[in-house]
Amino acid sequence: MRKFRIMSALCALTSAGVFAAHVQAQEVDHAKADAEFAKFRAEMEDSNPAELFELKGEELWKAKRGPNNVSLAESCDLGLGVGKLDGAYVLMPRYFKDADAVMDAERRVVWCMTEKQGFKFDDIAKKPFASGNYTPEITSLVTYVAGHSRNKQFAVNLKDPKVREIYETGKEIANYRAGPYDFSCNTCHGSDGKRIRMQNLPNIGSKEGATKSVMGWPGYRMTGGVMLTHQWRMNDCFRQQRFPEPKYASDTITALLTYMTANANGVMYKGPGIKR
Amino acid sequence: MTKKIILATLVAVPFMAAALPAQADGAYRAKAVAMIQKDFKPRGQASLDRLAEDGVQAICNRTGNNPPAEIAKMLEADQMAAVVYPADGQLMGDWKKGEKLAQSGKGFTWKDKPGLPVGGNCYNCHQISPKEQAYGTVGPSLLHFGKLRGNTAETQKYVYSKIYNAKAHNLCSEMPRFGRIEALGTNQIKDLVALLLDPESPVNK
Repeated sequence: MRKFRIMSALCALTSAGVFAAHVQAQEVDHAKADAEFAKFRAEMEDSNPAELFELKGEELWKAKRGPNNVSLAESCDLGLGVGKLDGAYVLMPRYFKDADAVMDAERRVVWCMTEKQGFKFDDIAKKPFASGNYTPEITSLVTYVAGHSRNKQFAVNLKDPKVREIYETGKEIANYRAGPYDFSCNTCHGSDGKRIRMQNLPNIGSKEGATKSVMGWPGYRMTGGVMLTHQWRMNDCFRQQRFPEPKYASDTITALLTYMTANANGVMYKGPGIKR
Repeated sequence: MTKKIILATLVAVPFMAAALPAQADGAYRAKAVAMIQKDFKPRGQASLDRLAEDGVQAICNRTGNNPPAEIAKMLEADQMAAVVYPADGQLMGDWKKGEKLAQSGKGFTWKDKPGLPVGGNCYNCHQISPKEQAYGTVGPSLLHFGKLRGNTAETQKYVYSKIYNAKAHNLCSEMPRFGRIEALGTNQIKDLVALLLDPESPVNK
């Protein structure tokens, strides 16, 4: 059964790549492309390419690696105890005492890789996001971690004062206008029912909008055929905001992820998804 | 010009701190700004100075985009005074070039090549020509703009100055200040004026 699903995921991967190339080449009618994407996404739900990255992530999670030759499974605490994965993703960002910091899932795995396995942060941060045929190990690991929270509710703990502080800070970061175009996150994502071209813009301050923003990450992106994390989405938003580049796994990104994930508290996470 | 803005900010900010609206929480805002200052790195043309607020941004950020009317008026006038009009007084260009420019959303990101020309980004946020269905809704619809408002000298001047610097009309407008930041030159703004006002433009058909 699993083998069959992987086979069909592989097929889907190939055809999605072809499809994406087709769309890029022609610059077709956006509305039509939108509808086609939606159809394709629905068809791919049963054979989600993200599962391939979950499998890769599982190998990486269990393998003894790094200068310290330990596995994450035997050393990494995602908040529920060392090696415990079930339901950990939907509780993050959360405060980690050992790091004295609020961390989102990706940042926490990076922390484990550097602190427990002995990898160098700069090496991980050099090329942290997928492009072309390259998928960083961290992306597969985060996808694996996220897969263990499928069908569980987002529950960021805002009663923890440290989390609350980061949440409120994230809310203010979303408000901050600067740069040549005077844009903030909220220029596009601060009110309901807006679009850039045909692309709907979720209002990250509302429960409905926040749900759209957090659902489906990490996600397999049909355009380009790559697996991407929520950290990547934040990075690309700042690019379009005409800001400089946010540092990888930084407080600013955690703060924004805390803000929008907590706004989606109570919503059922459907697992790693498919993006257009 | 810039000095004037800084001065206005220096005058305005302490004055407003006493009567801040509820939405701007000073302590968290300060934390947010400090966090932003340490968490970015320059890439391509996107240098770190982009993280600093100018006078207008500072006022808008501190008031939830709703500054006291007197301050708004003062700073809008300041922005308006710096609008540069074409030397020959002609405000209408070629709507066909304007349409092409309106389609492009390129420019100013860390991936874009520095320098001109950049896109007008217009369709990202506005409905304009009826032929383009893939338009955004962050800004108001501009369909039939000239048909509804006429093509008078006054309207031309309004549209030109609005594209040049939207903040000269509405201090905390979401629209970029295309002329002021030199994203668009005089001739390009003229072409966009024509796209909206020329009776021959599809916008007005």
